Amino acid sequence: MSRRSEIVLAGSGGQGVLLSGTLLAEAAILEGANVVQTVSYGIATRGGTSMTEVIVDDGEIVFQQVEKPDVVLAMSPEAMKTYEASAGEGALVLYDTTFVEERQGKNLAGFPFTDTAAKMGNVGLANIIALGFLCAASGVLTQDALETAISERFSDKKRDANLAALRAGAAAAASVFAPA
Amino acid sequence: MTCATKPCATAPYATGQQYLKDGVLPHMWCPGCGIGVMLRACLRSFEELGYTNQDTVVVTGIGCTGKLDDYLVTHALHTTHGRALACATGIKAAKDDLHVVVFMGDGDSVTIGGNHFVHAARRNMDLTAIVINNFNFGMTGGQFSGTTFNGAITQTSAYGNPERQLDICALAEVAGANFVARSTPWHVDDLTALIGEALSRKGFSLVEVLSPCPTHFGSNNKMKKGTEMLAWLQEKTVPVDVWRTMSPEARTGVFPIGRLVDRNEPDFNARYREVGARATGN
Amino acid sequence: MKNHGRLLQGNEAMAQGALYAGARFYAGYPITPSSEIAQECSRVMPKLGGVYMQMEDEIASMAAIIGASLTGAKTFTATSGPGFSLMQENLGLAIMGEVPCVVMNVQRSGPSTGLATKPAQADIMQIRWGRHGDQELIALSPSSVAECFSLTVEAFNLAEMLRTPVVIAADEIVAHMRENIVIPEPGEIPVIDRAKPTGDPAAYRPFAPAPHGVPPMSAYGSEYIMHVSSSMHGPDGYSNNSPDNAARQIARKNGKFEHHRADIVKTKAFDADDAEVLFVAFGAVTRAARAAAAKLRANGVKAGVLQLVTVWPFPTEAVAELGSRAKTVVVPEMNYHGQIAGEVKKVLGADADVRRVNGWNGQIITPRDILKAI
Repeated sequence: MSRRSEIVLAGSGGQGVLLSGTLLAEAAILEGANVVQTVSYGIATRGGTSMTEVIVDDGEIVFQQVEKPDVVLAMSPEAMKTYEASAGEGALVLYDTTFVEERQGKNLAGFPFTDTAAKMGNVGLANIIALGFLCAASGVLTQDALETAISERFSDKKRDANLAALRAGAAAAASVFAPA
Repeated sequence: MTCATKPCATAPYATGQQYLKDGVLPHMWCPGCGIGVMLRACLRSFEELGYTNQDTVVVTGIGCTGKLDDYLVTHALHTTHGRALACATGIKAAKDDLHVVVFMGDGDSVTIGGNHFVHAARRNMDLTAIVINNFNFGMTGGQFSGTTFNGAITQTSAYGNPERQLDICALAEVAGANFVARSTPWHVDDLTALIGEALSRKGFSLVEVLSPCPTHFGSNNKMKKGTEMLAWLQEKTVPVDVWRTMSPEARTGVFPIGRLVDRNEPDFNARYREVGARATGN
Repeated sequence: MKNHGRLLQGNEAMAQGALYAGARFYAGYPITPSSEIAQECSRVMPKLGGVYMQMEDEIASMAAIIGASLTGAKTFTATSGPGFSLMQENLGLAIMGEVPCVVMNVQRSGPSTGLATKPAQADIMQIRWGRHGDQELIALSPSSVAECFSLTVEAFNLAEMLRTPVVIAADEIVAHMRENIVIPEPGEIPVIDRAKPTGDPAAYRPFAPAPHGVPPMSAYGSEYIMHVSSSMHGPDGYSNNSPDNAARQIARKNGKFEHHRADIVKTKAFDADDAEVLFVAFGAVTRAARAAAAKLRANGVKAGVLQLVTVWPFPTEAVAELGSRAKTVVVPEMNYHGQIAGEVKKVLGADADVRRVNGWNGQIITPRDILKAI
């Protein structure tokens, strides 16, 4: 059966959601899929909303934008406000409880990505923790492919830190989604 | 053989004849205009410096000075108004072994093209810029330009120019040109020597040629004859050594002439070669 | 496993396409959403012995690539609407002087500074008619990262073949989109270089009549002396104001595009042969149109898409052929006035059912937006 996943990553400018999307896309190529990543951002490098969409498909991707997301990552209250309703339409909506108030509901899962990153000594890794969490929770891509994508992009200490963050995110998803 | 329409090929000095197109003389510039004197000085210098028709690119703008490429048989680019230096920048950056000589009026160089002038000098592009400054737009009938004096009468300042004039050489100096000089057709030997120096310098070299425009600027400002304008230019200019000793008040309205700036900073292409070496690890 | 290539942004793909075509001279002034092209060139050119120049404005950028092209280099610049407006002046010089070069216009939402990070297709008529004096200008419009690459190579080929500037009419969507792309091996796509003069250098005339209207082009520094002018010139490049000469020069400068029309004008058709509903689209919007057509097909409506790969000169033949067969023609485009819809209407006649779908708020036109027009 042909695979197709539509993923939305949204947050504030500077939170690194665009990079998470790029890593996701690179990992998808490693798995032999076609991929499109589109971005939307404001006029400044910092602040404002920042959003990226990734479509992974074994076949040709005709329209390049997400029409009905399968997975959403919301890293800010604004992003959550925009995409929360997707959960009702079947999307798995993941959010950063560091900034977004916790809530209950079908297809919703929160985790303190940024707090966890801070505890690991670098808030800049929140996006990578979230990426690991997203992939483990949704199964859109294998962790192997993501680790390869990270290893190809970063070297030395940066690679190690990013890999650790990815694994921390995946482990967190395993505990959140563990059968009760 | 007559030498009336072309310098003698047998002359015992450099004539610059090899760069001049056959059958184009007499030229189109008005009697008393300085462009012909400047061009003769340039072509003689080309010959003395061993420029060939093949390795020389003449770049011109628009206006009286911009007509000059039509008289020459070197490579040439007659550009849009004010853009000569920007075009020349591309030529020199792409092919370093060319001699690129840019001829502009006061409109091209510092009025419509002021931005390109500042940045070509700032980059220290290895070009020679010759600016004929006749204090007005001659080709279009004598309107004021960025170098027209405050109060001067032109076709668009019947009650006196409300603006102040820009000092071309001072602008080139602060922007970073390696070589800056000013002269006039009255001082023809100095002019020829300064043009020769400018052509032989690396980096951005400028020669401003204060030039009579008896047809327009002169006739609008009580100097209808070319000789009157030459006399006026003589009066308005002092050698830079003397000028440096003058009080600020005495300098008002007076142009220093001669070699004003002479530096030896690396030109853009030399600095870009360093970038290339860093990029390739050589 | 099939080689799925690597993830590349549309802007990066345009820069890579230029390098593939042999371009080694870039001059530009950074502007959103095209800046990644400048950034890529600034990193790559010094390594390849090429030149990256950051000019003081887009007027100078256009001037610099003209000057550099005249030395024999393949040259290009990239910009967006506000910068493209400034380039118009010297685009005219490139057309008059018949100087090959490529200009990438990554269109964004206007007027003026507008929505600087949002897409538009509103410079289409500016590309066609933005300069004083009428003249032809080729524009190609990519709909994917792969086309950003391949159409850039094509743009350089046309520029070199025809001695003309060529515009890539990209938009913010394709420019910032990332897709997996397999970069062709050298030689896989043909690369064309300008014809150089031969024979007696003294007899060389850079603007002489020539087969198919394109005279060979010398380079500054060559023994074939080349005089190039923004003013009306004779075959030798020197000023010539005679009406007969002007008539001949203008006729040749325009006629060369007519001679080479088959090389220039390219379209792609998707399920268009039997289409009763035909979408005519270009750039990124092509993809929304194709998705809309697929939805209609799934519901039993014979719908198809004609993609204008070449926007200028306008693909009149393909629009006439497929458009006259269809009952309804729909033209989705990211502008207010329906710049291409007007051209389609011109081809199909006043009685044809030509519908417009326009978006001008900086938002992408979706398949749903398009389907509303049916």
